[in-house]
Amino acid sequence: MATTTNASANTRTDVASTPEGAVKRPHWARKLVDYGPEISLLVLCVALSILTDTFFSFRNLLNVLDQLTVLGIMALGMTAVIVIGGIDLSVGSVLALSMMVMGWLSNVVGVPMQLCIVAALAMGALCGLGSGLLITHARLPAFIATLATMSICRGLANMITDGSQIVGYADWFSAMSIRRHFGFLSVTVALFIVLTVIAAIFMKYRASGRALYAIGGSAEVARLAGIPVRKVTLAVYSMCGMLAGLAGVVMSTRLDSSQPTGGMGYELDTIAAVVIGGGSLSGGVGTIWGTLMGVLTIGVLRNGLNLLGVSPFVQQVVIGTVIVLAVAVDSNKRRIG
Amino acid sequence: MNTVESLAEGRSESASAGLVLRNIGKTYGMTTVLSGVNMAVHTGELVALLGENGAGKSTLSSIIAGINQSDPGGSMTWQGKPYAPQAPADALHAGIGLIHQEMRLLPELTIAENVFVGRLLMKGGRIDMAGMVERAQVQLRRLGLEVSATQKVGTLSVAAQQQVEIAKALTLNARLLILDEPTTALGERETDRLFEQIHRLKAQGVSFIYVSHRLAEIARIADRIVVLRDGVQVAFHDTAQISTGQLVREMVGRSVDRLFPSIPAPPENAPVALAVRHLHAPNGRFKDVSFEVREGEVLGFAGIVGAGRTELMRAIAGVDPIASGTIEIRGKQVAIRTPMDAIRERLVLVPDDRKALGVVLPHSIGDNMAYNNFDQVAPKGWLDPARTAAFAEKFIERLGVKGRHNHLAGSLSGGNQQKVVIAKWLARDPKVIILDEPTRGIDVGARAAIYEVIAALAATGMAVIVVSSDLDEVLGLAHRVVVLARGEARGTLTREEADPARVMELAVS
Repeated sequence: MATTTNASANTRTDVASTPEGAVKRPHWARKLVDYGPEISLLVLCVALSILTDTFFSFRNLLNVLDQLTVLGIMALGMTAVIVIGGIDLSVGSVLALSMMVMGWLSNVVGVPMQLCIVAALAMGALCGLGSGLLITHARLPAFIATLATMSICRGLANMITDGSQIVGYADWFSAMSIRRHFGFLSVTVALFIVLTVIAAIFMKYRASGRALYAIGGSAEVARLAGIPVRKVTLAVYSMCGMLAGLAGVVMSTRLDSSQPTGGMGYELDTIAAVVIGGGSLSGGVGTIWGTLMGVLTIGVLRNGLNLLGVSPFVQQVVIGTVIVLAVAVDSNKRRIG
Repeated sequence: MNTVESLAEGRSESASAGLVLRNIGKTYGMTTVLSGVNMAVHTGELVALLGENGAGKSTLSSIIAGINQSDPGGSMTWQGKPYAPQAPADALHAGIGLIHQEMRLLPELTIAENVFVGRLLMKGGRIDMAGMVERAQVQLRRLGLEVSATQKVGTLSVAAQQQVEIAKALTLNARLLILDEPTTALGERETDRLFEQIHRLKAQGVSFIYVSHRLAEIARIADRIVVLRDGVQVAFHDTAQISTGQLVREMVGRSVDRLFPSIPAPPENAPVALAVRHLHAPNGRFKDVSFEVREGEVLGFAGIVGAGRTELMRAIAGVDPIASGTIEIRGKQVAIRTPMDAIRERLVLVPDDRKALGVVLPHSIGDNMAYNNFDQVAPKGWLDPARTAAFAEKFIERLGVKGRHNHLAGSLSGGNQQKVVIAKWLARDPKVIILDEPTRGIDVGARAAIYEVIAALAATGMAVIVVSSDLDEVLGLAHRVVVLARGEARGTLTREEADPARVMELAVS
């Protein structure tokens, strides 16, 4: 009997000294799961390089980058929103409203383009602030608040020109997404890269960035720790809105026009990118690096499927399946490991 | 086999037609959490199941209730027949119900709907609401609960919700109830009422397995005691009249003679660290409360659940608003409107609900430490992972937390989690620390460690406020005890004056 007691006591201590979730993970399967987003992106790229002779070319890869700047810029803001345990369904509509405001000010009112860009960013930030206030002060759930903002912004975007598009901007404006400096870098791609680096550093190495994880982990724990949860929440939604406004500007340079229907459904792609990259809708989890993997996965997938001549309808099915796989692997980490 | 026979000693075969366990064990992978348990519960008796957290009490309860299954080689008989539940429904069908520590009720449904959820009564193809209300009401009356079965469960107190759980089991004709830490959320008066109900049900032939940490309760209501340690049954007693010291020794496998460390009283002229004057809550949860704490003093707050202790402490720490009254820290009046204001005045609160308010469970100890102390781990706002880790390790060592900075807070035991919560506040170098229910849900061995920490804090000249529903704890630690009842301070007792009877007298006044 005494031996049994000792044996079981020892086993228990061993278990206690290596708790679940410690960084020590010797199992190879766990490693594989940990780098799931990176590995699947790599596999995707290799597969497409074999299946098509056009995918793995300098020209095409630049294309992929160009195509994902709009989604990528919005996904940065969405990462912060999801990390604090929120969600923003309005980003696609905010993008449209911002670019319509910009186009209207520039082509109808005649305001200098530089100021119009600033106005687009301000419009986006204002929409985000509005959503934020609905959440922090009117105490609406984020889903409902941003659903309302989504509807309102889409309506306003259409009201500006009664639904018609605004076409034709200054040459330098459209050149931002076309002209490739040093032979490869357009202004919009450079902007996306710089913003991603800044966001990654902010989320990982700034105290205010880490505070977002505290809020998402438990808003009450964060509040008791002295973190001004409401102010931070407002700032995060404003920033997300502003980045959606910036994405609107980028889309305008790519299209050389402003469309009131622009960015339709982009909120779901954006959320998908964050979630594929390991972000959790329950908050407190998610990284810019992961989101970048998610954005690249969606971008590469779209590009590759186009090259393969897969119909857009089938593409939707494929992307849906990828979301399921990514999240299923992520949320079953414990069991798989 | 010997054990079972000796447990049944002095009883006829018919009296023992309750639950008999033989050689029950449970292994998960390489880990044995339970092995070789033999025990019997006779009709109409209450067997107390004691043990520290992780001793196997919950596992044993869940095997009896059909949530988990015993390893091969173990067997159970219930009312003379073999009993091997494969699911909770089997256990319920056989008349065995488990009342969880955390309520598993649906707050938006009525008591009647909760009692019959999953097996709603039907009449003519429609839900028989009237019939359910009537039958639920019968059980509520049987328990002496004065509420209507049409009331929503969310509007009930925790104590009343627990009784709804019991009523639910009773409508299933339960003959054996397993109560898991039933008094954790109850005050003294609610506990007394629960015990009356247990006595009444026992007289009607209902048996109980009672899981608890509170040894004083065991002596009051148990017929027999089984002690588990590390998954093994280490002792059984045919009477509940066993000294607390002996039970604690059996549970922890070592002697805990003096659970409470002696904390030297502060000198007469020690400066007042915190003075609260005529504090009122906007919602009337506390009224006109005044008190002072000196540096190096431990001030206890006693009272029954709902007396307003937690609300008072939250307001002082800036978590909830105050309607009127003043707070002075080191003689200076301060305006505390947010938790940050309190932290700046070096007044901190270790909240009562560790899992919801104390730590972010899925994040690491290091991150949890950092969330409270960004100004220290991130001077000028820049975080350095190595500095964060070193910062956390320093406090892990100081408080003896069993874990590393990169371990998740959720992977720690309750006692170690509580040490992390205390640690993250200690890093702010507080002058006043408020600990609300510092040992709730923490096992005996770990409690002593928390008490040592409290003593050490007071010794450094910190003013310590301890709020607890565990009267022994308040009396064992505090130099003076403030008793709250219905939101008002009913009196302050010195250590010499404070005995359980006097405190309870004030608490129920």
